[in-house]
Order: sequence, then structure tokens, then C-alpha cells
Amino acid sequence: MPNTYTLISSNVLGSSAASVTFSAIPSTYTDLVLKASTRNSSGGTCVIATTFNGQASGYSVTRLRGTGSSASSGRTSSATYLYFSLTDSTYTANTFSNWEMYLPNYLSTTSKPVSNFSVTENNATASYIDVNAGLSNITSAITSVTLTADGDTFVSGSSFYLYGIKNS
Amino acid sequence: MPATYEPIATTTLGSAAASITFSSIASSWTDLRLVLVATASGGTKFLRFNSSTTGYSNTWILGDGSSATSGRSTSYPRLDLNSQDTGDSTPSLDTVDVFSYAGSTNKTCLMTSSHDENGSGQVMRQVGLWANTAAITQIDLLLSSSNTWSAGTTATLYGIKNA
Repeated sequence: MPNTYTLISSNVLGSSAASVTFSAIPSTYTDLVLKASTRNSSGGTCVIATTFNGQASGYSVTRLRGTGSSASSGRTSSATYLYFSLTDSTYTANTFSNWEMYLPNYLSTTSKPVSNFSVTENNATASYIDVNAGLSNITSAITSVTLTADGDTFVSGSSFYLYGIKNS
Repeated sequence: MPATYEPIATTTLGSAAASITFSSIASSWTDLRLVLVATASGGTKFLRFNSSTTGYSNTWILGDGSSATSGRSTSYPRLDLNSQDTGDSTPSLDTVDVFSYAGSTNKTCLMTSSHDENGSGQVMRQVGLWANTAAITQIDLLLSSSNTWSAGTTATLYGIKNA
């Protein structure tokens, strides 16, 4: 049987960048997995804004968050991006947040459900664990994914890996 | 490097069906991973191992967009995936990781359920237990109350090998 968990592309930043895009994603696979380790440059907490195919509409997220002292849930609807994860410039130096997004059936002609899991840990307060259910109303194949440090930049050393999973 | 993440079987429903079954699962791998992208006519999504109707328990945490809750089921006849994300046309994503499925200890699994509907929906994480020492050779995906999986629903079972 073939190995089906394959690295499509990676990007380890050599200098700060406002966004990272994986484009020309091949239609070779069934599902996509995106893993990232990020830290932002300034401004405290920062959202990693995720969009597909350059589309800036039709996203929503249901979120479950643990802060180390309490759990809560929230929602973003009819948004311009998938509101995923946090990265924080105030954390201890060299501490990055980590997250994973699972996008099944990215070639399908239906809306796309997404699962996301992200953590920020700082050996202190103000750390988070987020699990998110996301939805994109894009009904065409996903050919590009853009991650933007909303209003900020990802620092050098932030890393992004896109994997393809094939079910046959 | 050997292949360690392999597709065992996949199903895409061409028409509505009451169940999706993966049977004759070989003991070739260490862990199993199930990925389900589904719509259904209604009811609660659940699974059973080896057609067993006893010995299941789970502990979950759930966010519904306004509050976070946690609960537990014990001595249950099935493992529920998520009780409130069927009966609409928006696909949900569920994953189940079953550890040491061919071993001789009780079987534990981690389950995720993601179902956002642009204004409603839930996100859920669970730990599940099947208190049975038999190797898992079959997984049935089912719905309560005689509901059916909709056409287009996909389910894939992967095997993960640690060597």
C-alpha cells in the first residue's frame, strides 16, 4: 500500500512576513493537513487569519477555549476569514504557538468543514488551548491557502507545513 | 522510510445508507484513524466495534458557540460521535483515533467532531473507551432512530504503524 501522508510544501520564514500562501495545491490528494509554529512581531495577541483561494467571505467558526482557569465557547459568523488560533508577541522569547488544521475533501463541490487545534503555552498565565470547527462556503476545489498574521507579521523562524493525505 | 500512514478502506455513499461498515480489519497496524465527512437525515451519530453493544464509555467537552460544557456516559451501548449535528446539508467532520486496536487490553480512542453552520454548530473533543480486550476487526458507523447517512458521505479508515 502507498504511503499517503505526504509533505506538499513547507515554508520556514527567514525573515518576518505578514502572510504565507501555499498556492497551486495539486489535486492529487483527498485531505489536507496544515501544521504551523508561529509567533507574531508586535501587539500582543494576534489572530492567524486563514483564507482559501483568495476568497474573503463565507467563513464561520465555532470555538472552544481553555485558558488554564476556565473554558468558554464563542462563534464568528459570515466572516472574511477563518478566525483560527492565536500567537502572542508578549510571551517568553523563543516561545511559539502551534496549530494544526485538517481540511477533508478539499476537492469536493460542497462547502468545506474544517477542524483546527491550536495552543499557546508560556509557562505563565494568558495561555490558551483552542479547538475550532470551521466552515467555508467555497464549493470549488481548494487550490490555495493563505495564512495572515492579522494586523501584524510572523517572526523569522515561524514554520508552516502543508501535507496531503490520500485515501487510496 | 516505511509507509506508516496507509489507507485501509474508503466509502463514498452513492445513495443514502443506514450504516457504513469497515470489516475484516487486519492486525497489520498499530493504531487506526477514521475520518468521516458526513451529512445525515437526523439522529445521533455513533459507532460500535465488532458489533458489540456493551462496554462503552466516554468523557467529552463541547462548545456550542455560547458556552463550554463537559459530560460523561458510562456503561453505554455505543460510542456517540456528536448528537446535534445531523439533519442538515452542511457536512461535518469527525475523526476517531483508536490506539493499539489489535492488542489485548481495553481499547481507548480520541474523537473529534467539528460542525460549524455559520451561526450555529458545535465543536467537541472526547476520550472514549471500549472495555473489551478483543482485537478490533470491525467498525460500524450508525445513526439512531433509523436515520440514514446521506449520499456523498465519505468515510476512510487509515492504519498507522509504529515500525
